[in-house]
Amino acid sequence: MQKKTLVLGVIGADVHAVGNRILDYALTEAGFSVVNIGVLATQEEFINAAMETDAQAILVSSLYGHGELDCRGLKEKCVEAGLDDVPLYVGGNLVVGKQDFAVVEEHYKEMGFDRVYPPGTLPDVLIRDLARDLH
Amino acid sequence: MELALLVDFGSTYTKVTVVDLRDEKIMGTAKAFTTVETDIMEGLKQACADLQQKLGFDPLTAKHKVACSSAAGGLKMVAVGLVRELTVEAAKRAALGAGARVLDVFAHRLTASELRRMEILKPDIVLLAGGTDGGNREVIVQNARMLAQSSLQVPIVVAGNKVAAEEVAGLLRGAGLDCRVTENVMPELNKLNVEPARMTIREIFMEKIVSAKGLSKAEQLIDGVLMPTPAAVLNAAMLLAQGTPGEPGIGELVLVDIGGATTDVHSVAKGEPSKAGVMLKGLPEPQAKRTVEGDLGMRYSARALCEAAGPNRFSGVLGDKSCGRLEAFLARVTARPDYLPKDEEEWQLDEGMARVAVELAMERHAGNMEVVYTPFGASYVQYGKDLTPVPHLIGTGGVVVHHREPARILKAAWFDRNNPTSLRPRSPRMWVDREYILAAMGLLGEIAPDTALRISKQCLLEL
Repeated sequence: MQKKTLVLGVIGADVHAVGNRILDYALTEAGFSVVNIGVLATQEEFINAAMETDAQAILVSSLYGHGELDCRGLKEKCVEAGLDDVPLYVGGNLVVGKQDFAVVEEHYKEMGFDRVYPPGTLPDVLIRDLARDLH
Repeated sequence: MELALLVDFGSTYTKVTVVDLRDEKIMGTAKAFTTVETDIMEGLKQACADLQQKLGFDPLTAKHKVACSSAAGGLKMVAVGLVRELTVEAAKRAALGAGARVLDVFAHRLTASELRRMEILKPDIVLLAGGTDGGNREVIVQNARMLAQSSLQVPIVVAGNKVAAEEVAGLLRGAGLDCRVTENVMPELNKLNVEPARMTIREIFMEKIVSAKGLSKAEQLIDGVLMPTPAAVLNAAMLLAQGTPGEPGIGELVLVDIGGATTDVHSVAKGEPSKAGVMLKGLPEPQAKRTVEGDLGMRYSARALCEAAGPNRFSGVLGDKSCGRLEAFLARVTARPDYLPKDEEEWQLDEGMARVAVELAMERHAGNMEVVYTPFGASYVQYGKDLTPVPHLIGTGGVVVHHREPARILKAAWFDRNNPTSLRPRSPRMWVDREYILAAMGLLGEIAPDTALRISKQCLLEL
């Protein structure tokens, strides 16, 4: 079976590279073809990468609390680019401070994300979900 | 004595050079008007006859006889890819590296009107890319289908998603087109692989384009037209920078060629960030990179140069008084591309134009530094090549070769404190190609690289 291609990156003016590398490693080990666009990634870079590589999912990380500003409009741009059926995953410290995660999740789902992960989620959870979603 | 005759069929002049490979010296040069409209041989024979008078023997008796050409419009190409910043850009760089003039680039699915535009542009070769290996295949297949339906009858180089290559080739060949499949220009995201496409373009140039441009007659007298002239210049730049196993190069360099129609910049340098903590983004750059600025030229595109620069940049360079005379000078030089400045003021105007052309061409060629403010302070992101530490800057082209103080023109390529995000060479040693010999040496590099390198070094005059 052909490997599933994922675009992975840290969005916005965010330079947290460690989690990005861990995810890259874990996802590759789990048999995915990972296209890692690294830190400081713009929405356009996620979309361009997904288009050229025919990615099956886009994985967005945000660790610095400003994720909401950076993520707003990503889904709409994906739709414009013809990537409406590519699911969006997002995880990290998505908001500033300790807010109720259920509210945060609801909010990101409204923005068009298919799966939203709280801080401290282990790669296994993501891998399990990906296996289920991308068959 | 072992002689080599090196011919450059230029758009205006056919230049011939005879080199003695034993003594490693240039025996003589001559030039005549290029006669591609009537018979390419007339100009070549004329130049050779001139040279025979100087040398006392017929240069056509030389053991090696090779040529490069930019006659009949040079090698004209269009590049097609998927995303503008990714495979389209990669395809464009491959074409430029092969010495082509890139007439236009096309992204995503080709439309009927884009296809019509392509038919009007009449490229010599189409470079078709799109998708990483295993990535998107629909778009390149669809674009091949469109090209197969068009009236274009030119060779197509396929350098896209390898998974789609067979289907693409089938479609094109089915329509009777000459299609050559080569490696993907971008096999993985943000990984550039231009060399195979470059070689394929060159093969087609030698096999087909030479005769399509009426140059094949020349091959009765000489061994072959090996490459487009810009590719020969890039060859010479690579030879000079990297050296050969038998002769060391001079190290990383930037070469600026200011012509009548375009300003070409070649850099042979890694261009990695020269400061710690800088992050590199965007498509990687080829070590030997060529850019061509079609709107920055001294004669044919003099007017476009002024428009690109805008009035402020000119008055900064020339002063307001001279600026007023610029218009009349422009009219004169665009009407007569072989015009040379007559008096002091015209020399100043010519120099001013050259400085602006060099500055703009370098700005576009060199990388940029961007400051991103994050909650943790400023971060630095570099796009393109950092050329600040490059130790050598070489100038060529009519205005540099003929100028009394070429250093004044070349300094416009330097790093500018008022524009610190443009990563241009900080304080390079400057050289001028005083014999206008680099294209010929790029050609000679195909026969005797060590000799070509040593002669190139001799011909560079330090400023």
